[in-house]
Amino acid sequence: MMKKVAVIGVGLTKFGKHPKVSSRELFAEAAFKAIEDAGIDLKDIEEAFVGSFLPDVLEHQGHIAPLMLDYIGLTGIPATHTEGACASSGAAVRMGYIAIASGLRDIVLVAGVEKMTDFPTSDVTEALALASDDLFEASEGLTFPGVFALMAKAHMDKYGTTEEQMAAVAVKNHHNALFNPYAQFHKEINIETVLNSRVIAWPLKLFDCSPISDGAAVIILASEDVAKKYTDTPVWIVASAQASDTMALCEREDLTTFKAARMAAEQAYKMAGVESKDIDIAEVHDCFTIAEIIAYEDLGFCKKGEGGKLIEEGETEIGGRIPVNTSGGLKAKGHPVGATGVAQIIEVVHQLRGEAGKRQVDGAEIGLTHNVGGTGATVTVHILRR
Amino acid sequence: MEEAERLVKKYFEFVSEKKFMGLKCKDCGAYILPPKSICKKCGSREFEWVELSGKGSLYTFTVIHVAAKRFLNDAPFVVGVVQLEEGPRITARIVGVDPNKPETIKTGMPLKATFIESGGQVLLAFEPEK
Repeated sequence: MMKKVAVIGVGLTKFGKHPKVSSRELFAEAAFKAIEDAGIDLKDIEEAFVGSFLPDVLEHQGHIAPLMLDYIGLTGIPATHTEGACASSGAAVRMGYIAIASGLRDIVLVAGVEKMTDFPTSDVTEALALASDDLFEASEGLTFPGVFALMAKAHMDKYGTTEEQMAAVAVKNHHNALFNPYAQFHKEINIETVLNSRVIAWPLKLFDCSPISDGAAVIILASEDVAKKYTDTPVWIVASAQASDTMALCEREDLTTFKAARMAAEQAYKMAGVESKDIDIAEVHDCFTIAEIIAYEDLGFCKKGEGGKLIEEGETEIGGRIPVNTSGGLKAKGHPVGATGVAQIIEVVHQLRGEAGKRQVDGAEIGLTHNVGGTGATVTVHILRR
Repeated sequence: MEEAERLVKKYFEFVSEKKFMGLKCKDCGAYILPPKSICKKCGSREFEWVELSGKGSLYTFTVIHVAAKRFLNDAPFVVGVVQLEEGPRITARIVGVDPNKPETIKTGMPLKATFIESGGQVLLAFEPEK
């Protein structure tokens, strides 16, 4: 019998540029905030999972989990690094969930961290391309934005999705980020801002892309008995699902969808005993605007091919039928890749606790997070409930 | 001790000789590309190398403007996913089209395989079938 798993503490750094600040310092800031929020002592933590994608390539630092933990004075406990490209910390959340659900642990720290902004853009572009099949795709010159551009073109061809509809995702997420103090950008944009920005990988332009960011996000998970000792407002993780797919796009049957996302979502809905229509809010992986449109479809918020229409009709705005990326999403909150999966959980926790300020969705009870790794070869979906 | 055939290594040896080769399953006849250690259709691990016709059509594409370091000098350039007549798809450079006029590049257009050299390496590419 699996045990119930609660989120009892959350901590986040501001996302954006933190010049010369190393990932261990970002981690420590978020970790101490989460520990304080949970009301636990450092020594109560029994195990830790740290998601991060590129510390070895960019910061020239491997073996980061014990390093991070040591920086906050926590040696001795098991500390494990999880890597699943941009879903590195979504995978960490699932490991933390399993540790508690299995009955092995009562209090676990789960982190995501990434340091990206002190390095030349071409180095970061090259590093991010590690998330695609190097021998068969990156070696032909395919970049990471290029991967999503191939999917955008396929979606445009098959369903008539437009560049304006993709731009609307960026406009919405920039608007939501205005009300998120942790967001990288606090700047309203319009459709023309996106359409007139320079081409990165046609048909995707600069404002279709999430930025390069630094940041850390930490949550404290606890078993039911322990959670009740520390908080009156636990948020329960009622589903934790993950699926995988081919790395190379050329091997996928359909380039207008992420099969791993559909599989993870299906498992998650089943595990939580809910349907897509029951979800009140969702934080989805909008690394590129097309990815949010595909996420609507993969998660069942609309029919296949109707994602463009869903954003156009304002259904995913705060106040709409299914508000998506109230935090500003990866697009405007920022995307320190390894930190994103945990940061998504934190936004849902803020919403379910009713602590989201001006971006609060009234009465939100069930929230979902969708974290896509790289080309979609790893996808995690979590469902949370207050 | 018997060693498994190094399929990926062999594939790129063929590419460096400007030969476009694929694996064919000896049991079900499916073409397997990029190489895999198992036929995903039938589970067989018995293959033979066959020369591919190089004929296909453009399934989807992008124009890379911001390239990774090793291809900075090539940008802008077109990368596409090509549907091969033998069944599999492959990702490759698309040449002989205008990267500055993506609206003139049509998905579904017939293509044939060729090879280009970039960064001291031979790369698989496709060009419009005349």
